[in-house]
Amino acid sequence: MFSCPDPRRTLRAAGLASALALAATLALAQSNAYPGIGRAATPKEVAAWDIDVRPDFKGLPKGSGSVAKGQDLWEAKCATCHGIFGEANEVFTPLVGGTTKDDVKTGRVARLLDPGFPGRTTMMKVATVSTLWDYIHRAMPWNAPKSLSVDEVYAVTAFLLNLAEVVPENFTLSDQNIAEVQRRMPNRNGMTLDHAMWPGKPGPLGIGKARQPDIKVAACMKNCVTEPAVGSMLPDFARNAHGNLAEQSRMVGAQLGADTTQPPAALGAAPKAVPPVAAAAPSAATAAALALLKDRGCLVCHGLDSKIVGPAFSDVAKKYAGRPDGLAYFSQKIQSGGVGLWGAIPMPAQTLSAADTKAIAQWLVDGAKK
Amino acid sequence: MTDPHPTPGRVVKAPENFLDAAGIRTVHGQAKAGRRDFIRSAFASAVAGAGAIAAAPAALAQGNPVPPEGGDPHILNLPAHSTGLGQGVATDGYGKPSKYEANVQRRQSPGLTQTQQSSVSFAPLQSLFGIVTPSGLHFERHHQGWWDVDPSKHRLMINGSDDKLVKQPKVFTLDELMRLPPVSRFHFIECGANTGMEWGNVAVPTCQYSHGMLSCSEFTGVPLKLLLDMAGADYKRGRFILAEGADGSSMTRTIPMEMVESGEVLVAYGQNGEMLRPENGYPLRLVVPGVQGVSWVKYLRRIEVGDMPYASKDEAVHYIDLMPSGLHRQYSSIQECKSVITTPSGGQVLLDKGFYTISGLAWSGRGKVRQVDVSVDGGRNWRPARLQGPVMDKCLTRFTLPWVWDGKPTLVQSRATDETGYVQPNYRQSRAVRGTRSIYHNNSIQTWMVQESGEVKNVQLS
Repeated sequence: MFSCPDPRRTLRAAGLASALALAATLALAQSNAYPGIGRAATPKEVAAWDIDVRPDFKGLPKGSGSVAKGQDLWEAKCATCHGIFGEANEVFTPLVGGTTKDDVKTGRVARLLDPGFPGRTTMMKVATVSTLWDYIHRAMPWNAPKSLSVDEVYAVTAFLLNLAEVVPENFTLSDQNIAEVQRRMPNRNGMTLDHAMWPGKPGPLGIGKARQPDIKVAACMKNCVTEPAVGSMLPDFARNAHGNLAEQSRMVGAQLGADTTQPPAALGAAPKAVPPVAAAAPSAATAAALALLKDRGCLVCHGLDSKIVGPAFSDVAKKYAGRPDGLAYFSQKIQSGGVGLWGAIPMPAQTLSAADTKAIAQWLVDGAKK
Repeated sequence: MTDPHPTPGRVVKAPENFLDAAGIRTVHGQAKAGRRDFIRSAFASAVAGAGAIAAAPAALAQGNPVPPEGGDPHILNLPAHSTGLGQGVATDGYGKPSKYEANVQRRQSPGLTQTQQSSVSFAPLQSLFGIVTPSGLHFERHHQGWWDVDPSKHRLMINGSDDKLVKQPKVFTLDELMRLPPVSRFHFIECGANTGMEWGNVAVPTCQYSHGMLSCSEFTGVPLKLLLDMAGADYKRGRFILAEGADGSSMTRTIPMEMVESGEVLVAYGQNGEMLRPENGYPLRLVVPGVQGVSWVKYLRRIEVGDMPYASKDEAVHYIDLMPSGLHRQYSSIQECKSVITTPSGGQVLLDKGFYTISGLAWSGRGKVRQVDVSVDGGRNWRPARLQGPVMDKCLTRFTLPWVWDGKPTLVQSRATDETGYVQPNYRQSRAVRGTRSIYHNNSIQTWMVQESGEVKNVQLS
């Protein structure tokens, strides 16, 4: 935290730093066993990197953002992955859902007691609003982290909180009222520190209060009480769900991978060693395009053969096959984005170089080969 | 036959110790006559009398029968590599594994994640020996994609949550960090979600997918304590540190100052004798022995000394353990004592009955592994395995036990105990306390079922 855009504080910090630098130089002569290693960080450097926001809001910059502004930002920059209402499950687990107005009162998400409730959303779990602000600020949007301004982070956080019915539609979140919002977080009382898995001393803050592990077992050696009935195993139809296991193990050894493309064989008739599989090498242009798709995150939303958020590349190539202006059409779509042709979720404009755009567009024209 | 795994008092020597003189004569006589079936049945009954685990007699060895033409063509016909000129030195300036090893890969679990950049790949434990994970097979977990960071431009900053917690915020270059006195230590790293897919039921076929978010390396770096000393950290008030990465996710985690003060937390640049791999945080990562991998922040750019925990995304939304009470355990960090048998293991096939070496890995986030017990009867009876050594603090330990498979369905399990006396629980014991929805910190005993076909299945007992 430490850093702050407030100029008075920066000046104060700078003055302090130079005083400390002097003291450090004096100290260096006396006690530094490692002369010449490391130097003082300047206040400007610390301000550039020290972006964390703690649960007590230390580190939170001044600013504000409304739910309405947050909604605009959301639809432009967040909905692609998280859905218009933060409910989407296509790319990441849903952010919103499963909390009630009652939870806002109690600070405990009741649904967490229901094993039948499908999934756990971010808003069901998170106890601290600082976590949302800090994370959106440091890591969102996913493909352009740290690109939101401080006020934009307030706005997006406000919109997310509004989706979860923590704040009303006309709300503006700011450094002044965020502590009040904390008192409305649906799962604010939902964490326990009573466990023995904290690797520090149980301190005044109470982490790792329990000094003994929660599960205590004696190591029985003979005639132990067991229930040696098999209660769970993979069903037969899932035999090949992780691919052919024969291709996932060394070709020699005490055990070989099972050939899961075939039903189990009798003992001894088991699979021959499977030599490494050499995939047919794609052409250089195809390989380059595939590498681009992977590097630039295109495959996050588009599967080669499967719809994810956006359509499968193979479907796109098929739909526009033979289009004479295919190259220009695809290039334009990649550069400007679009919505409506394949569904309601917009594809944002992509920041690719002209050469990279052309390579991907040409690959689509050529039939999206693998 | 010389027993390659002497464990005095535990393994019955074969065949002398459990066959009488007449039996031995019969075995040898039949072996000469080439009638192996008889030997096998005689042997199996003898083993049944002596306990399920024993070393195999040499007479049983087969599976590489003499062909009718009187010799193995791979012996009789000299191959090209015996009769020609091989390749020269430095053909490959950085050598790679044999082309015949190409099946041994880290792999994604299909359907687990929707993206390549926020995903995980699992280390192929079923194909690894000893305790060191080859760097190229080390498991991966990225939150926002990996980068190959230019080390000459990478910096590490030390500062404080307020201006009193650190006397002098500092910046270090790699050149400077690598001039400081280094330490090299072997430690395991395990993701807190390793085996998390199996809390409720069996979900994956092999130990690669069930336990492969686990690796072990020799890490080289500088104790973080040294750098905090140089910056003048206030150890009285500053009882926590925040570690932060330089990648897009700029991962942050809180770590207790007690661990830093012990000297075991390293700012590491080396891994298995070379630099860290880019997928593992090149050029700088934090090493937090015994603690789940998420705290071993990659592309480490900053350490902040603080007076309270930070509730970062990966300690407030993820890596929190849901208990049956509906409460989540927060800041649960230690990887408790755990083990897994890697041979025989799920998705593999044993080609024949006879002698095998049961082999696996054990580890504990609280110290050294003290003992590993193996059961081949579904947990009714257990025998101590041999710890192969070296046995090191918060490090993988390889264990082995000689075993003769009689061809019958067999439930194979391992159970580790660490130096604190903590014993690895079975699923029933884990679920009785933690339920089935925790996702994280599943260290329950793994069961593999060797079927009559020789195929091994991942099963859970109930």
